Amino acid sequence: MKIGAAIGRVIAAPEGHLPAEQVAEAARNRRRFMGRALAFGAGATAALPGAVRAAASDGDPAILQLPAHSRGLGQPVVARGYGQPSVHEKNIQRRESPGLTRVPQASVSFCPLQSTFGIITPSGLHFERHHQGWWDIDPATHRLMVNGLVAAPRVFTMDDLMRLPSVSRIHFIECGANTAMEWSTPAVPTVQYTHGMLSCSEFTGVLLSTLLDLCGIDRKAARAILAEGADGSSMTRTIPIENALDDVLVAWGMNGEMLRPENGYPLRLVVPGIQGVSWVKYLRRIEVGDAAWHTKDETLHYVDLMPDGTHRQFTSIQECKSVITTPSGGQKLVGQGFYNVSGLAWSGRGRIRRVDVSADGGRTWRTARLEEPLLPKALSRFNIDWVWDGSPATLQSRAIDETGYVQPKINQLRAVRGTRSIYHNNAIQSWRVEADGEVINAQMG
Amino acid sequence: MRRWADSVATIERRLARGGASLCAAVLLLVGWGPMDSQAADERTPAVQSALAGVGRAATPAEVRAWDIDVRPDFQGLPAGKGSVADGEAIWEARCTSCHGVFGESNEVFTPIIGGTSAADIARGRVRNLEAGAGFAQRTTIMKASQVSTLWDYINRAMPWDKPKSLKTDEVYAVLAYMLNMAEIVPADFVLDERSIVGVQARMPNRDGMRRFDDLWRTAGRGDVQNEACMQDCPVSTEKLAVLPPNGRDTHGDLASQVRAFGPVRGIALTTTASTTAPATSGRPAAPASEAAATAAVADARPKAQAAGCLACHAVDRKLVGPALREIAGKHGGEADLPGYLARRIAQGGAGVWGPVPMPPQPQVSPDDVRALAAWIAAGAP
Repeated sequence: MKIGAAIGRVIAAPEGHLPAEQVAEAARNRRRFMGRALAFGAGATAALPGAVRAAASDGDPAILQLPAHSRGLGQPVVARGYGQPSVHEKNIQRRESPGLTRVPQASVSFCPLQSTFGIITPSGLHFERHHQGWWDIDPATHRLMVNGLVAAPRVFTMDDLMRLPSVSRIHFIECGANTAMEWSTPAVPTVQYTHGMLSCSEFTGVLLSTLLDLCGIDRKAARAILAEGADGSSMTRTIPIENALDDVLVAWGMNGEMLRPENGYPLRLVVPGIQGVSWVKYLRRIEVGDAAWHTKDETLHYVDLMPDGTHRQFTSIQECKSVITTPSGGQKLVGQGFYNVSGLAWSGRGRIRRVDVSADGGRTWRTARLEEPLLPKALSRFNIDWVWDGSPATLQSRAIDETGYVQPKINQLRAVRGTRSIYHNNAIQSWRVEADGEVINAQMG
Repeated sequence: MRRWADSVATIERRLARGGASLCAAVLLLVGWGPMDSQAADERTPAVQSALAGVGRAATPAEVRAWDIDVRPDFQGLPAGKGSVADGEAIWEARCTSCHGVFGESNEVFTPIIGGTSAADIARGRVRNLEAGAGFAQRTTIMKASQVSTLWDYINRAMPWDKPKSLKTDEVYAVLAYMLNMAEIVPADFVLDERSIVGVQARMPNRDGMRRFDDLWRTAGRGDVQNEACMQDCPVSTEKLAVLPPNGRDTHGDLASQVRAFGPVRGIALTTTASTTAPATSGRPAAPASEAAATAAVADARPKAQAAGCLACHAVDRKLVGPALREIAGKHGGEADLPGYLARRIAQGGAGVWGPVPMPPQPQVSPDDVRALAAWIAAGAP
């Protein structure tokens, strides 16, 4: 292709490999083009980046030729009253796992963990789990009822609730079925699908203990609470009284704004360290009782099938777990050399104390850098240097929480719980790095 | 820490107002600690009283309206009754489209009935749940340890598209029919608030649950432990299991699911398998926004959502009923396709797409039926 013919159109960057005569011609054309551009005014600058790449033999055209955004006037304030991610971020989306469910109202979308940074999940990327579809409920008509073993049943409007003493806490939420598809064999390609039923937000609300005290809870008789949603499924879950009176929140705020509708607007329960199904959305009722309720989602689902055919019931704690998010499955390293291996660690029992990383499938381990803050029952971010020499490697991370519990290997879990458990798979995740840089979901005992 | 921060903030406000020197501010700080405390136990009786006044007492009718839960000891179970025969009629009208005629359907949800035996009913444990039984499917009745769970859930969440619409006697009847299909009760059985106690004693998996408190209490200990070995660590001799080559393409084009810059790229499709649409298209320039492709006919998706069509139909794939997008193609010879589809929506029908009938939809207004029919006839763009 003659360079002159390409002026004014976007062509592949020549990367400085042009012969001298083409560079000279490009320079002449560029001068002519610049003259036209000035004559056409600012509107013509949009064509510049592609047009001038041809002249770049002295270095990176992205440096040598000033782009339109350096030479023109940008957009005004409030061009968008509610800000949106860059158009270049369109790939970063929640996604369903094909074939996992057959009904989109009783389904799940997975958070793109491979593309998030730090510990806070952008609210628009927070994973979704709906049991009978989601709603955008009018807060003016939403009510919370507290009944059961209290002095008298009580009703609260959003006006009432938002007057109460509030706290803001950062906590992870993980579905009990996160990593469920991996119990028997590597089944899905990326960390979005292996671990993406996981998110972490700053939640604002009133401590449930404050609310229960206000209602005159019978602390001697109370053994558990039932949380109930206002949607069609009216999700109900039993929560131990110890948790209910400790750090459980009745929350309306998420990451500085109200909850998103997909996450329970205008009110949801936040049950730190406990599987997501207990974080009842569209919360309409709290009942204080003296025994567990054995609701559908603590009897027919969210129970762990053991090899002897019994189900473990009421196994709600999300135990210590971690995963490397960069690099991770379905990706390809851009080349050999230095990498910042980065990932997430969390524990439903408290803080993360340490994360170790192996590049040789678990034979040797190095301790990763833990980023602050290190909060109880919150995601923690770890990073560690790694130099890839181009040979195959198997990356793993292993988290240890403040109780001293060490994240198990998949074969250790299988030895006790078999392969049909579905829920509560907190095994060490392996990512196989092939010689061509491709990263593949793998399992190693 | 909070006290300190609040005090500093107070000092900064005072400094901003002018007058106070930093020295004076530090002196103030020493004496101001207790005043900004908000700990609950330090609230004055007047504040406590005001706090206790937030909210109001619920009326008995309000509690009755919402307190619908039923426990294993049948606390909360309202009186009522329903026969197997009554339940069969309700089942065929309201339940078969998702759950199949015999509760066996695996089309939409996992099967409800199947996998249990008379021996299970006698023992209270389901043989087919054991690892050696080689029975892959886990039906609802195989897992249910408490009959109260089934009553409660049918009452609060069924039918799928009209939850909480069944009357108390209808809930009893539907459950009676289900129990009969599972051969737990005879065909002439009438389920009521007393006979349900006897049913519990025949639930096939009534002894199949085990509590495991270490994973219930935050202070508990896990059941599986690893060791934090750092050097020369033992690893399994089993071969590394990796995602099979065809597993990479099962979730669409991975290259379009990550950024095109940074230390890694996503791996592009190796085949031309169908791609995975994002869960939502609310983001800017979402890749799979087909809605704007054809503007000739009004997009009736919101109407389809409001009318409940999407409970059984998806636009682009089969659910209970066919994909809305495929319907027009099935009726190429129909002279007045919008008219034909409008009749089908309003009056229902069966046989075109298989055994599952399309129920009549009298609740949808004629205007909306016409809009939906026109949209579906145009291929549901």
